[in-house]
Amino acid sequence: MRKSASSTLAAAGTLALMLGSLAIAPQAAFAEEASVVEEGKAIAFDRKKGNCLACHKMKDGTLEGNIGPALVNMADRYPDKKRLRDQIWDATKINPYTIMPPYGKHKILTEEELDKVVEFIYTR
Amino acid sequence: MKKLLLITAVIGALGAVPLISQASPENDLKAFQGYFTERFPNVPLEEFTNGVYAIDKASREQWEAIEEFPPYEIAIEEGEEMFNTPFKNGKTYASCFRNGGIGIKSDYPYYDIEKGRVETLASAINECRTKNGEAPLKYMKGELASLVAYMAYTTRGQIIDIKIPFDQRARDAYEDGKRFFYARRGQLNMSCAHCHVDNAGNKIRADLLSPALGHLTHFPVYRSKWGSLGTAHRRFSGCNKQVRALPFKAQSPEYRNLEYFMTYMSNGLPWNGPGARK
Ligand code: HEC
Ligand code: HEC
Repeated sequence: MRKSASSTLAAAGTLALMLGSLAIAPQAAFAEEASVVEEGKAIAFDRKKGNCLACHKMKDGTLEGNIGPALVNMADRYPDKKRLRDQIWDATKINPYTIMPPYGKHKILTEEELDKVVEFIYTR
Repeated sequence: MKKLLLITAVIGALGAVPLISQASPENDLKAFQGYFTERFPNVPLEEFTNGVYAIDKASREQWEAIEEFPPYEIAIEEGEEMFNTPFKNGKTYASCFRNGGIGIKSDYPYYDIEKGRVETLASAINECRTKNGEAPLKYMKGELASLVAYMAYTTRGQIIDIKIPFDQRARDAYEDGKRFFYARRGQLNMSCAHCHVDNAGNKIRADLLSPALGHLTHFPVYRSKWGSLGTAHRRFSGCNKQVRALPFKAQSPEYRNLEYFMTYMSNGLPWNGPGARK
């Protein structure tokens, strides 16, 4: 009885813990994702880093240039996120004459910064 | 967008090495000017001497107001005074140039067969000085820019007519300048042509990109951003740095050849220096 009670309690405790972590986990992941997107945005908009607004219009941008296409519906248009990353890593692979800088190939951004920019662009 | 890509592809192909050695300067000139007159059908040829103001009504009005009290006027006066002040040996600049140095900016740049290199007005001014026992002047701004401004002023209205003599070395200098113009450069991997041919008339951030046709007709230029006068090579250096490329020295062979190619591309347009830009 005691044993069973304590095991019930233990089980309940575990369940509570699990529930707790279930309740917390998605929020934490969401917050982490949101901050990655925010970081990506800061990198993309920074004139000394991505400076993407020099050429692309996108939501929340100001004084954008019009050399490249507006970046909209990116998630729909790039179901394969890797293709989006490839475009930013080295645009000349896709269009050898492009003016777009090869952010990864020429180490304009680090791989980590580039990942964050991809996550941000994916939300546009 | 498709059209832009297509144009980029054509320009890219022009820049490819095998074609460079095939196309003659005359054909290059026709293709170059044809591209811009087709892209900007409402801009008369001589208007391309005015950079972005030839293609942008909004900034043109501001610029016309500036031109009524030109910020380069003092530099012209300073240049004229220097021009007429004798060196310590009693001679003046007039002794070094055709026609006493008046209205002769149009003689430059040219390929000097004897020296085996492109001669620019800026370098000729410094040669004149050293020949007469004076120290050379700095090439990007200051006194030399003022002298060139005065000499440009006396040349206003003449038509650009740069020659590429029938000499392999002259032709090589031209091809070298052309290659420089179309070559990707710097960490950002861009060529002059990317911005001033493919994307002339487009905006990079808030800046409108000027057509390369007419680029060197109005130098030296007073730029509000500089707050002073600058020579063409100062501008080259700035545009190189923008793409995070190491700039070359003013009057380096690279920039002389680039000046040679670019000025030749504006043959038929009037000289209108000095100029004012934002
Ligand atoms: C100097 C101009 C320039 C800059 C700066 C630039 N791009 Fe581009 N971008 C272009 C052009 C032009 C294209 C059109 C396709 C091509 O030429 O590669 C393009 C295409 C793209 C595409 C594909 C668009 C589509 O509709 O499929 C993406 C995504 C993109 N750029 C993202 C970025 C990001 C992110 C940055 C900054 C980190 C950036 N670009 C910076 C010029 C630029
Ligand atoms: C990243 C874009 C970019 C590249 C690449 C670039 N420029 Fe520029 N350039 C500009 C901008 C912006 C301006 C100022 C606005 C204008 O007049 O176009 C400018 C201005 C100029 C001007 C002055 C035009 C005038 O009317 O006074 C000259 C000349 C020029 N560039 C030459 C070059 C040359 C030569 C190269 C290559 C070595 C080059 N540019 C590469 C962006 C660029």
